[in-house]
Order: sequence, then C-alpha cells, then structure tokens
Amino acid sequence: MDAMSRNDDQYNSALAIEARGLVKRFDDTLAVDGVDISVPEGAIYGILGPNGAGKTTTLRMLLGIIDPDEGVRRVFGHDRPHEIAKWIGYLPEERGLYPAMKCDEAIAFMGALRGLSLDEGRRRGRELMEGHGLSHAIDRQIRQLSKGMAQTVQLLGTLVHRPRLVVFDEPFSGLDAINQGKLEVMIRELADSGTTVIFSTHVIHHAERLCNDVAIIAGGRVPYAGSVDAARDRIPAQVRLETHRADGDWRTALPADARHDAKQGGGHFWYFPMPDGGIEALLRRLIDGEAGILSLSIERAGLHDAFVEIAGEAAARAMQDPAAGEPA
Amino acid sequence: MSADASRLPLWRAALVIARRDFGAILFSKAFLFFLLGPVFFAAISFAAGALGAKAVESAAPPKLAVMLDDAGSSAFVAAHERLKDSISLPGIERVPATGGNAPAALLGDGSRNFGAVLTGTLERPELTGTPERIESWRGEVALLSAQAGSGGAAAMPEVALKPTRSSVANTRSSQTATATGAITLLFLLTMLLAGMVLSNLVEEKANKIIEILAAAIPMDAVFYGKLFAMLAVSFVGIAVWGSIGAVIFALGKSAFGPLPEPAVGWPLFTALFVIYFAMAYLLIGSVFLTIGSMAPTVRDVQTLSMPATILQLAVFFLATYSMSDPGSGPEIFAVLFPVSSPYAMVARAAQSPVLWTHVLALAWQILWVAIFVKTGATLFRRKVMKSGKAGGKRAKRRGLVRR
Repeated sequence: MDAMSRNDDQYNSALAIEARGLVKRFDDTLAVDGVDISVPEGAIYGILGPNGAGKTTTLRMLLGIIDPDEGVRRVFGHDRPHEIAKWIGYLPEERGLYPAMKCDEAIAFMGALRGLSLDEGRRRGRELMEGHGLSHAIDRQIRQLSKGMAQTVQLLGTLVHRPRLVVFDEPFSGLDAINQGKLEVMIRELADSGTTVIFSTHVIHHAERLCNDVAIIAGGRVPYAGSVDAARDRIPAQVRLETHRADGDWRTALPADARHDAKQGGGHFWYFPMPDGGIEALLRRLIDGEAGILSLSIERAGLHDAFVEIAGEAAARAMQDPAAGEPA
Repeated sequence: MSADASRLPLWRAALVIARRDFGAILFSKAFLFFLLGPVFFAAISFAAGALGAKAVESAAPPKLAVMLDDAGSSAFVAAHERLKDSISLPGIERVPATGGNAPAALLGDGSRNFGAVLTGTLERPELTGTPERIESWRGEVALLSAQAGSGGAAAMPEVALKPTRSSVANTRSSQTATATGAITLLFLLTMLLAGMVLSNLVEEKANKIIEILAAAIPMDAVFYGKLFAMLAVSFVGIAVWGSIGAVIFALGKSAFGPLPEPAVGWPLFTALFVIYFAMAYLLIGSVFLTIGSMAPTVRDVQTLSMPATILQLAVFFLATYSMSDPGSGPEIFAVLFPVSSPYAMVARAAQSPVLWTHVLALAWQILWVAIFVKTGATLFRRKVMKSGKAGGKRAKRRGLVRR
C-alpha cells in the first residue's frame, strides 16, 4: 500500500469513485467536458446518456485506460487505478474473448490479469460456470459458444477475482430479455454483497429499476448527478383528478394552469402539478364545493421525465434511437 | 472480496500476456507450417544450388593453373597431353611463375576460372586451392608429376596441399568472414521472425479484447508480454532449425572445412550471438509492434510489411558496410544507432576480443527497448484507445482551452 499513489488528503473514504472536472479531448473533439462524479461505496450507480454523450470515455478515464487532460479521478482514494486493478472488474461495451480459449481458461486468464493465480482462476471459473448452468460448456472453446453464452463467460471473467468495484459499459446491449433479467439479478446480488456497481446505459428503465444514484451525461457534461429520487423530485408530481361536475365555485381552487380534458366515459379530467402546499387543502375545497370527485391520483415523475427536464428533448430523443447518437 | 490491492508487478502482468500468446501460437496448427517454412526454403535453395553448381561445372569446369619452372611446366603439360584421353583429368593452363603471379591472386581473379594452382617442383609439387578442390585433384597432380618427371607411376611424389580457406590462412579475413556470416544470419533470422510482431495486436483489436487488457494492466506490460512471447516462439523455431542445421553440419563436416574462429572464441561468440539476436528482435519488434498496433485492419498491417522489410534491409546494409572498418565513424554510428547496434556488436565480437564494450552496448540496447516500448504503449493509449464525439463543435468554438 505504501508504494501506491494514495492521496488521502480530502479523500472521502465512503466513496468508491470520486472525479472532479474531468476533461478529455480527442484532436479537435471535446469528448468530456468537466465531469464530476461521486460514487458511494456499495451503491449501484448509473451513468445515463445517449450514445456519443461521453459515457465510455468517462468510464475509461475512471479506470485508467486513458488519462484525463484535466481534472482528477480517484478510485478508492487512488489516483492511478491500475495500482488497485485487483479491486476492479470491468466489462467493456465491445465484448470479446480469445476464440480458441476454453471457457475456464478464458475466465482464469481474465482473473490472472487482475492478480489471481491461474489455478485458482480455473477452479473459480468452473464453479461460476456450474453456478450459472454452464457446466456443459466448461471445456468448450469460446468459438463454439452462442453469443449469449460467450457474454456470460466474459461476465464471469469480470467477477472471478471478486472485485470491490465492478464497472459495466452498456451491459444490457445485445442481451435478450431473459438474459437482461438475469443480469439485473446479478447486479443486485453484487450490491447486496457490498460490491460497488457502476454501469452506463442509454436505457432509462434499467437505471430507474436498479440504481440508487445516477449521473446524467449529455454533450460530454454532467448536468445532474445524485440520487434517482432527487432527480425525479425535480419535477413536481402530476395530479390527475376526475370530477362529476364540469364547473362550480370549486374551480377557483384548481391551479390556473390545470388542463381540462373533455368528458370521457362519465367524468371530467383535470391535470395539474402538485400544489406546493400539498393536496389536502385543495381536496377540502373540492368536497365543500361539491365537485363530485370520482377519482384522484398523484403520479410521481419518472426518471425519463427527469431526464427530459435535465438533459433536454434532443438528448431524450437520442436515447430512444441509440444508433443516431447525440448531436454535437 | 480481495483485501490485498498491491499492484501486479509489470513483469508478472507481462508474463500473463506472454504465457497466453506463447501457448496460443505454439499449440496452433499454423505453427507447424511456421517451423517447416524455412526447412522447405532451405531444401529448395539446396536443390537450386546443386542444379546451379552442376550447370556451372558443365559450362566451364575449373582449370588447374600450372606455375612450375619452364621445364617443369612443359613436362607437366606434355604428360597431360599424353594421358588426357585415357583418364579423366582437369583442364590445365600454363601460367608464368614470374610477373607477380601468386596462387592466392590467381584464385581470387574473377576473370580466370582456376580451381587450384600447382607450384613447387615435379618432385615436390604444391597444390593451392579450396580444401575440397585440392583434395579431389591431389591424385591426378601426383600422377601427372610422376609422368612428367621420371616417366613412371612408381615414383609418384607426395603432393603438399595448401588450402586457402582455413583458420590459419588469414585470421583477419577469416574473422571478417565470420562477422559477415553472423550479421547475415542475424538479419535472416530477424527478418523471418520479427515481421510476425507487426500483426500481433490485430487479434486483440479485432476481438475487442484490448480494452480488457488495457483496463487491467499497463499497456507497457501488454507490449512486453507480446514481444517476449514472440521472442520465445522464435527461440523454439531457432532451436528446431538449428538442430536440423547441426545434424546436416555434422554429417557433412568434411565438406564444410574448418570454421574460422571468432576473436572472442566460439562459446562466448555463440552466447553473444543469441543475446544480440534477442536484442535485435526486441528492438525491431518493439518498433514493429507500435506500427502494427496503429494499423486499424489486417490489410493495413500487410501494407506496412514492405516498409518494415526495407527498414530491416537498411539496418543490415549499414551494419555490413561499416563492420569492415571497426572504430570508423560509420561503424561507431552503427553501434550507437539502436536498431543496428546488435548487428554491429556481433560483428565486433567476431573481430575483436574486447568484452567490456558488449556490456555497455547491451545496457544501451536494453534502454532503447524500454524507450521504444514506453513510446509505443503511450502512443497506443493516446491514438487507439479513444472514443466519443460529443461536444466537438463547442470545443472548436471555445478554442479547446478550458480553465
């Protein structure tokens, strides 16, 4: 530990990753522009943004694959991530393995890169494969596997050395729905065991279902980083009210920007943001004014709404069409 | 959960890569063809050489230069005339014993096709030429001398043989020959083997494995691992080819004649040759690995192979040109220029018994291997491991400067 580049001053030991002002340029392209990220230890953290937003470049800087032009990054307090490579597991977006390698050898090789002995890597590799229903494929070459199986083998190779931090770059891309579900379970299990998990994605639902915290990245910048709840709370909850009557004194109690939909199947619908003081006072006025409340629901904003609010419509559209990437 | 975060040492990280690469190459079917390639090449060369030699011999068989005194020469020629239709004899040509003619000069004169030179007297003839040639003409010369002298075969004289290619003939030129041979062999081996390094990172790039490697270990370790794996593969090849060569040499030892002794002696010279081969390989290999790593496709790598071969040829010519004059400006340049240094130093080992220069040269070459690898790894990280297109216009607008 003494030989390692640990910068204890100002390091928050509760953080697995701390990055401040990361900047990366490629020739005349500014790929990442002053990114700040703080990932609490043990969290599931999502980096959310359309293709071309700077997610992969940010992850590569955090992992030490490339160095930032400006800014600092610390992983478990170390500013040179290679020095604690044994603590980190990484599954890149563009996945690949040596096709001629047998599965247990491939897993052991990935473990050896992170300091695990080959014998131990092979033993754990076989155990992991058996645990994931792939015992029949242990001695097969990678080239003999289906794409999904090969991806699973690489995932197991990422975890074989039992890292403290696992970084996935677009882990769900290319997986079918069943394997996406399996991966979600695996990510939750990792977090339950105390492992910090960071993943990038352009699919908001994955982040919403899994993450405690997210960083929204667009155009190389991070306009929001924090908890998923806080992101959703940036947009007031929407009230959906259905009344029997269309008009009355009670109408003055509704917010001025309340939207009225024509009568649909027996009621009048009103849509408006949750009032600052809460819904109770409004309800009292509606009841006293005999509006005839048929139904009332309060819908909290989703992460998608928050994303649109934070990153803008263009970035949100690019998320829907990942092949398009984000307009620069 | 791992508690020990101590860094994987560079050598161990390189070993992980080297072990994988070495195993992958050694146990591939293509490796057999790799091993057989030079053997086929040698067999074809041997066959072509034999055909060529036969053609040369049938077109213009070498003659025996007769350089006795006038009477002796006349008698020898007369004896040749009498016997030439009865038995197979080499052609002869009378050469005046005066006029500055010397056996070595006659044999080295490309305009005249002499296989050996006869000097001395009819009673004590001396035959100068290559060991094989004088050995094969010894009997004929003895017979002709006897016929020319007493007119009978009973008094056949003993022919003194003077081979021109021996360890005692000319130490300086022998050592130069050894140096030339060593440089040529070093060049051939490096050219055969180092070219493989060009495409060494293509598999990792094509299979998207490179990012896993780059995230786990320093790129320097990847480069070192790949270089040493290919060096080990080369040593396997050299061991196989060397064994075949040794068997051939042992079987036809007499035909090869004595090998000229290098200045530092054969055992040390052999050791230095192996070390300088490793250094030549690592130096040129680290340059090739860097160039190859920048190439985006296999086709680009193939395109790059020709300039890479030209670079090796240039190094070979520099070393060959400069080695004949040790201590000269060109020779010192060849010693100092990193990629030609192993060639120049192996030539020195053949020609000079001084050893301390090798220690310095090896340290110099190791330093340059480290510089080349570091530069290559840094370039690779900067130029190849990049992604992302966001913010380009904004960056231009802001002049790429951010404070």
